[in-house]
Amino acid sequence: MREIMYREAIQEALDEEMARDGTIFVIGEDVGVIGGNFKCTVGLLEKYGDLRCKDSPISEAGIVGLGVGAAIAGCRPVVELMFADFLTVAMDQICNQAAKISYMSGGQACVPLVVRMPLGGGRSSAAQHSQSPHAWMAHCPGLKVVLPATAGEAKGLLKTAIRDNNPVIFFEHKMLYTVKFNDVPDKDEGAPIPFGKARMVREGGDITVAALSMMVNKAEKAAASLEAEGISVELIDLRTIVPLDTNSIIHSVKKTGRLLIVDEGHTGFGISGEIALRIMPEVFYDLDAPIERLGTADVPMPFSPALEFPLIPDEKSIAAKIREMVRPGGTA
Amino acid sequence: MRLDENRDLAGKFYTVMYRTRRFEEEVFEFYKRGLMPGLAHLYLGQEAVAAGACGALKDSDYIASTHRGHGHLVASGADLKRMMAEILGKGTGYSKGKGGSMHIMALDKGILGANGIVGGGIPIAVGAAYASRLLQNESVTLSFFGDSAANEGVFHESLNMAAAWDLPVVFVIENNLYGISVDIRKVTKEPRLSKRAEGYGIPGSTIDGNDVFAVYKEVGLAVARAREGKGPSLVECLTYRHQGHHVGDPGVYRPESEVAEWKARDPLDRLEKAGLLTALKIKTIRDSVDEEIAAACSFAEKSAYADAAEAYTDVFAD
Repeated sequence: MREIMYREAIQEALDEEMARDGTIFVIGEDVGVIGGNFKCTVGLLEKYGDLRCKDSPISEAGIVGLGVGAAIAGCRPVVELMFADFLTVAMDQICNQAAKISYMSGGQACVPLVVRMPLGGGRSSAAQHSQSPHAWMAHCPGLKVVLPATAGEAKGLLKTAIRDNNPVIFFEHKMLYTVKFNDVPDKDEGAPIPFGKARMVREGGDITVAALSMMVNKAEKAAASLEAEGISVELIDLRTIVPLDTNSIIHSVKKTGRLLIVDEGHTGFGISGEIALRIMPEVFYDLDAPIERLGTADVPMPFSPALEFPLIPDEKSIAAKIREMVRPGGTA
Repeated sequence: MRLDENRDLAGKFYTVMYRTRRFEEEVFEFYKRGLMPGLAHLYLGQEAVAAGACGALKDSDYIASTHRGHGHLVASGADLKRMMAEILGKGTGYSKGKGGSMHIMALDKGILGANGIVGGGIPIAVGAAYASRLLQNESVTLSFFGDSAANEGVFHESLNMAAAWDLPVVFVIENNLYGISVDIRKVTKEPRLSKRAEGYGIPGSTIDGNDVFAVYKEVGLAVARAREGKGPSLVECLTYRHQGHHVGDPGVYRPESEVAEWKARDPLDRLEKAGLLTALKIKTIRDSVDEEIAAACSFAEKSAYADAAEAYTDVFAD
């Protein structure tokens, strides 16, 4: 395994896939000359040329639509949106077009399109550059929704996304781009990571924590700190929410009797409620405590760190919630 | 063009236009008989645009269609039986009843899809053209849309990108003057929509969309230009829908005199009177098309609906 940054892993996945398949091209704002706003496409313009690494105008609906058309016509486009918040501008092309074409055509056409974008808060980017809108996408049948938590995960899952014959909405976490992870296989040797198969991050007996994206990393730290207190956490990285690996969660909860879902999306009407209700019939009689969740408070993301950070679950709030669930009443 | 060539073309165009007209008349009949679920946006009156424009294409070319898209499919040679069955929601339809009138796709004929979202197909057309460039094939994409779609944001985004990159796509505006009930002149300062081409640095022209030869010639030039790698063009075809916005719209917002004036410029009548087709030729075409249409209607009506389980398939491709 190699230690590289999350953004480098994304670049490697794109590079390796583009080298393998000439129908793949990358398009987006600033993906070419400067190699992407978050540097995920560095070197691709020089290596593959302007047509396969295309600097686009600031036209989100236009470039996603271009991707849809090119996908139907035999390419595998990877469209980059600079921030997940901007998918609102391309919503028709994602939800009415990409998501529905296989269905509306009765299976005549497929749309092998990847739309990549960074989500999440933590950068003082305020309400229009900090959202985590993955639940919106998951609510629209016909889209696959992916949220990698580490560099190795990002690389393996992006490869799968590119090879999938369906539109895949690929959410990267903007606070992870420059974080190094020691989980990346050697170049050209990493296998694609299949969708719909959760990752067991650590095994434990007292409580199951199911998390996504950067919340996996935060929950991992919380779990490590709780070990000293004698609390054993089983942590599951869901990887994809469409498809969702409910079996892994159910299996774990049957063992631990407790489930905390941690997701950076807004708590209300988000995926935590969906997951809890989906698994409830299978785990109801195995539960020792109500299923709980942690998410971002249901307010727009504020600018100041003094206001922003308290809204997003972190290592401390996750640890506190786990303690509360495992030892109600606060006894040590 | 030599006279005999013109006669051949006239026969071809008349066949397509009459086929479209008869198809749409039967769709309307099905609606009136309560056999068609939902609504349909009829192409009646605009037949020359599809016949002329699609007539300028090769089999390997693409078409992005619209909610008023039956004419584009008929003109591309789509299977009338599967089309009509789809419109009636039957399991034998192009999409097994999951698309309906507004979403018929015939990918085998290069139809990238009709589209229920006004303007939604324009960037998709640009994407197909981008694919042609990348995959180095010679396909050109025709992007059909109405006057109202020209006021959607993706119109601008799409024409801008296609022009910037000289993509092989031809934008065909079917300007029938109305977006449902709203007269384009009430919502747009400059109603000559082809003038917008100048802003993108591409050729723009406005032609008589009820003259099938004019459409064929102008779109043909634009297609040839696109195929040569010289980039997109914008062709505005002035036309008129004989019916309301859809089968349930009586179209009362349009002055009777205007409707009468445009019906007097009916594209089929004009071709019949152009002196290129004998009465016998016209009758032969009509008889043959009438048979095809009857067969399509009978097939669609007799076809079964798909099993309810069909609703759960094709959400994702394999």
